[in-house]
Amino acid sequence: MAIAREAEPVGSLKEVREAGLDREDLLTVYRNMLVTRGVEERGHILYRQGKIPGSFYTGRGNEAGSVGVATAMGPNDVGTPLHRDMGVHITRGVEPWRIFAQYMGRADGPTKGRDGNVHMADGRLGLIAMVSHLPAMLPVAVGCALAFRIREEKRVAVGWFGEGASARGDCHEAMTLAGTRRLPMVFVCDNNQWAYSTPTHLEYASETVADRAQAYGFEGVVVDGTDVLAVYREARRAIEKAREGGGPTLIECLTLRMEGHAVHDDAFYVPKEMFEEWAKRDPIERFRSWLKDNADLTDEEEDEIALEIKKIMNDAMKRADDSPLPDPSTVTEGVYATPEDLDTPHHK
Amino acid sequence: MPVMSYLQAISDGLRVEMRRDKRVYVIGQDVGVYGGAFKVTQGFQDEFGPWRVIDAPLAETAIVGSCTGAAIMGMRPVAEMQFADFVSCAWDHLVTVAAKQRYRAGTPVPIVVRCPSGGGFSGGPFHSQNPESSFAHIPGLKVVCPATPADAKGLLISSIEDPNPVLYMEHKHLYRRIKDEVPEERYTIPLGEARIHREGDDITLVTWGAMVYTADEAATQVEAEGISVELIDLRTVAPWDKQAVLKSVEKTSKALVLHEDTRTGGFGAEIVATITEEAFESLDAPVKRVTAPDAPVPFSPPLEKAFIPQVEDVVAGLKDLAAY
Ligand SMILES: Cc1ncc(C[n+]2csc(CCOP(=O)(O)OP(=O)(O)O)c2C)c(N)n1
Ligand SMILES: [Mg+2]
Repeated sequence: MAIAREAEPVGSLKEVREAGLDREDLLTVYRNMLVTRGVEERGHILYRQGKIPGSFYTGRGNEAGSVGVATAMGPNDVGTPLHRDMGVHITRGVEPWRIFAQYMGRADGPTKGRDGNVHMADGRLGLIAMVSHLPAMLPVAVGCALAFRIREEKRVAVGWFGEGASARGDCHEAMTLAGTRRLPMVFVCDNNQWAYSTPTHLEYASETVADRAQAYGFEGVVVDGTDVLAVYREARRAIEKAREGGGPTLIECLTLRMEGHAVHDDAFYVPKEMFEEWAKRDPIERFRSWLKDNADLTDEEEDEIALEIKKIMNDAMKRADDSPLPDPSTVTEGVYATPEDLDTPHHK
Repeated sequence: MPVMSYLQAISDGLRVEMRRDKRVYVIGQDVGVYGGAFKVTQGFQDEFGPWRVIDAPLAETAIVGSCTGAAIMGMRPVAEMQFADFVSCAWDHLVTVAAKQRYRAGTPVPIVVRCPSGGGFSGGPFHSQNPESSFAHIPGLKVVCPATPADAKGLLISSIEDPNPVLYMEHKHLYRRIKDEVPEERYTIPLGEARIHREGDDITLVTWGAMVYTADEAATQVEAEGISVELIDLRTVAPWDKQAVLKSVEKTSKALVLHEDTRTGGFGAEIVATITEEAFESLDAPVKRVTAPDAPVPFSPPLEKAFIPQVEDVVAGLKDLAAY
């Protein structure tokens, strides 16, 4: 029997209002999910056109998890999103053209061509750029929470990790430190049931990842990661609890990685039926029909939103394509920080 | 000027910065109530409280990784490894995360990791190492190796002030053995500036950390035989003061590089390569290395003595060079 709590689905608009979202917010959530998928779909096109060097990863199937959690974060909260969490960047407000520039290794990408993929973040939006090594960002996120605790600020840090990466020591150490010090921290497990080609029963032996939370002295909860409203409600609960000194929570968002590990991988090892079953639970389709049933989303509104997003994507692709490649003579620039770099709002 | 031990000078530097700058905090195993395994932070928790002198679980990854997060949030963390050897458990957080964050993401990571390093008292393979060259190899990291109490204080303050991740290698064999005058006030010593420990004309001897004292004794011995040694204490190995070394070699035309770390790929190799590349015309002899052999640090006293470079090893090296 699982130890972690299983989150209930969210029912009516009334319940959602109680959880803090009005109709306009709901449409913003919907837009953010569409932009998230739009960016990754366009990324695929760019990749096939040979415009993206290296590899290419997406988070298809994780739009509800990433957007849902980010929607629950406060403006001064911070987070360390990963390679399936494009929705976090979008929700926090990164401009899509910057992401395309990043994909293509251009000078205007957030890392100016020094790193690729979703290895990027805009610090002004409270995000820290991930490294490849998983889940190394968890201890970093815990450090943010520690800083908030030392300074007695009512801010929360959110750290993401995959169920596969939960096997590594960084996860254990991060949860140990956050648990012993009751830090304002929320751990979010993107459980997409695969770590590259490895299935969950070879990744962890507990029934759920969230079960482990108890061992670290805090609550674990499993939520349907295709239900953006349920994710939002659980994230908000956890974030507000952390903000009020209640310590960490581990939220496990269950979904399926709907593509291969990266663009080179056709996911032959994932049973066809599994894809078929989870395709019926597509997070965006689910939310669209919920909005129709519960919030009177009209066809006109839908068309309007679709058109708006198409324009954002096209403009972003064009702007990114106009961005120059980085100047090779800058290859060693910025290895070391200068005192002026500390002239940020954080370092004052 | 007050006289302090090397250890007291480290404590003093840390205390001065913590009093001056509220963003500075200390985290490590047993640093709080106990005052640290070597007592560098003795009394600190009473003065600064439990949230600025933080007793951490046995979790170097979380200690150093969390320092990076806190630094990005505007803090100035100082982590203590109980022994330098345990920094291997935080490798990823220094090399993968902290070292590359400025270059990739534009985010400075001003953290200091204090590493009680070095051998000389039967610490064995896991409590005696000098891991400076491993980290000096990593672009984005700085590595500091003070030899004197005054440098220990000034370089620690500079390391805390520096906007980059800094490994501060404090040599355990100097902690209580070395005492000297240390200015009372706050001062900094630029990272990357060597110090001429003694001037000389015949041979340039480059070293750092505890080996400065071994080198000095060797230089005194050969001086009696008319060999004049210029002893350069690098003070920091990343960045290292290339110009000071080249300038001295141009004067003396011979060089010996000494370090307590093992030989192959040790930082001495970098110094020798640089001298041969950039001062070849000045050289009258092949540049020599005196280092520990390529082996783990052994435990038993005769083995450890055979491992760590001794005064007589340096003397022999200097005589060889003089005779060349
Ligand atoms: C420490 C480490 N080892 C190996 C890899 C290579 N790798 C990249 S993603 C991945 C699978 C990760 O699975 P999971 O944590 O479940 O995240 P997901 O990709 O499924 O979202 C692997 C093995 C890595 N990034 N980091
Ligand atoms: Mg996975």
